[in-house]
Amino acid sequence: MDDELRELYQEVILDHGKNPRNFRAPEDANYESLGHNPLCGDRIKVFAKVNADGLIEDAAFDGRGCAISVASASMMTDIVKGKTVDQVDRLFATFHDMCTLEDPEISDEFSDDIDKLKVLSGVRQFPMRVKCATLAWHTINAAVHGEEITSTE
Amino acid sequence: MTTVALKTAPDATNYPFDVDRIRADFPILARPVHGKPLAFLDSGASAQKPQAVLDAIQRAYSETYANVHRGAYYLSQAATDGYEGARKRVADYINAASADEIIFTRNVTSAINLVASSYGAKFLQAGDEIILSQMEHHANIVPWQMLRDRIGIEIKVAPIDDRGNFLLDEYEKLLSPKTKLVAITQVSNVLGTIVPLDDVIRLAHAQGAHVLVDGAQGIVHSRVDVQALDADFYGFTGHKLYGPSGIGALYGKMELLKQMPPYEGGGDMIELVTFEKTTYREPPARFEAGTPPIVQAIGLHAAIDYVDAVGIENVAAHEATLLEYATDRLSEYSDITIIGQADNKAGIISFVMDGAHAHDIGTIVDAEGVAIRTGHHCAQPLMDRFDLAATARASFGMYNTRADVDALLAALDKVRDIFG
Ligand SMILES: Cc1ncc(COP(=O)(O)O)c(C=O)c1O
Repeated sequence: MDDELRELYQEVILDHGKNPRNFRAPEDANYESLGHNPLCGDRIKVFAKVNADGLIEDAAFDGRGCAISVASASMMTDIVKGKTVDQVDRLFATFHDMCTLEDPEISDEFSDDIDKLKVLSGVRQFPMRVKCATLAWHTINAAVHGEEITSTE
Repeated sequence: MTTVALKTAPDATNYPFDVDRIRADFPILARPVHGKPLAFLDSGASAQKPQAVLDAIQRAYSETYANVHRGAYYLSQAATDGYEGARKRVADYINAASADEIIFTRNVTSAINLVASSYGAKFLQAGDEIILSQMEHHANIVPWQMLRDRIGIEIKVAPIDDRGNFLLDEYEKLLSPKTKLVAITQVSNVLGTIVPLDDVIRLAHAQGAHVLVDGAQGIVHSRVDVQALDADFYGFTGHKLYGPSGIGALYGKMELLKQMPPYEGGGDMIELVTFEKTTYREPPARFEAGTPPIVQAIGLHAAIDYVDAVGIENVAAHEATLLEYATDRLSEYSDITIIGQADNKAGIISFVMDGAHAHDIGTIVDAEGVAIRTGHHCAQPLMDRFDLAATARASFGMYNTRADVDALLAALDKVRDIFG
């Protein structure tokens, strides 16, 4: 169990959890959504600025959550910048598999990003925590597809 | 008759009772979790079951099982006796005037929904006011909001102070001739606050309002006497009282129950049915449509026998020493803030820790075999009151020991190791 815990709470995650990147509410965002994890009451708001070509120019978040959900939101907002909405949809699908499947099939489309996101795949050993890791992704997904509120349920 | 594993009730003067003997009655406590001894500190969510309850359930299914109130044959009569015996036992335990005042439900949630729907239909109308407290579980908020949205009653909220004390004088200000019902918890499931029910009920009655008590957390930490309290309704849930899940009970004064329309319709609750008209039976049958939770009721009977043999006063005294110990130990740490320091508390302690979110605490202490609840505890308005998203909560049952508290404290050091 100790090893699994260490894998869950890696330095990178603790760092993102304590010093989240893109932790702000940009005024010029044209999409936002409130993500809610009913299990623990965590709420985070994700903001995105998407241009006419579907390119995400800026992404940010605020709110509060556990170390895993904050670290995931922090990393996600970094990673999605400069990608199109379609690309983010595909990346989310891969990330979701990484968090839930024992042997996920990983395409090499985003190998650099996937390498970074691997630190979060420790949640696989903690089924109750998968929703923490995926909350920010569900939320940006809802935002850019036009839903104002999402929940991990 | 159900047998109780603990044959002789420990003498109240002989406290502290032998916790090891009690622990031996709860088989699950012997199992390790993640290779560590289990420190189960989540009885507030649901308590573990003594062997006597498991045996009663096993016996009911293997020796006296059939549907109730139906067959003319031996087994159906035996099952009916078991089910109705449980009703009598609940009535005696909470000192209801009659077993007919006890309605079996799925849990306290369905007990409250029954009152909201059925009492609401008969006694409440647009413009009437009801009062809840700020500490209510969602189970005692949402049914009233649903009723409000249906018929237009108004909901007032009685506040607490920063320590979690119920503010009786603020409550009194909310009461008026418009108040028809006060629906309030006996003990806060998050803060442990014991609500001064005697005063709450007396003041409500002085205004002609009825009172429903959510006894989910109260009945597990204190002796309940619904007549002495003069509660109009009292609901509780079996699984927190060391009984099985799937059974709860609603006590209601007969004069009220008699006036209330049925809640659900179906078999068992009718006198005569034609396609034109149906007449309903008297309480409690009127409120128990369909096949009831037969064996769960029998299990609850055994749980009450067990609790009574130990003595709920002994349990409360034991839990009070654990609460004091846990409060002292947690207070030693500057990174821990205890949420809820009311003057009068039951065996529940919520806290937050600097630098670590409750959800992370829950996962890390679990790896040490320590089971605590983390999150909003189905009391989001209360969380908002304290501007918190979540707390960690330890809650005590009769089988807990100081060693369980020590295990929690040691596990919190692991949290510090990781987040420090
Ligand atoms: C104060 C209070 N009310 C209501 C409930 C709901 O109990 P149940 O889910 O058994 O209906 C609980 C327990 O979770 C509680 O602590």
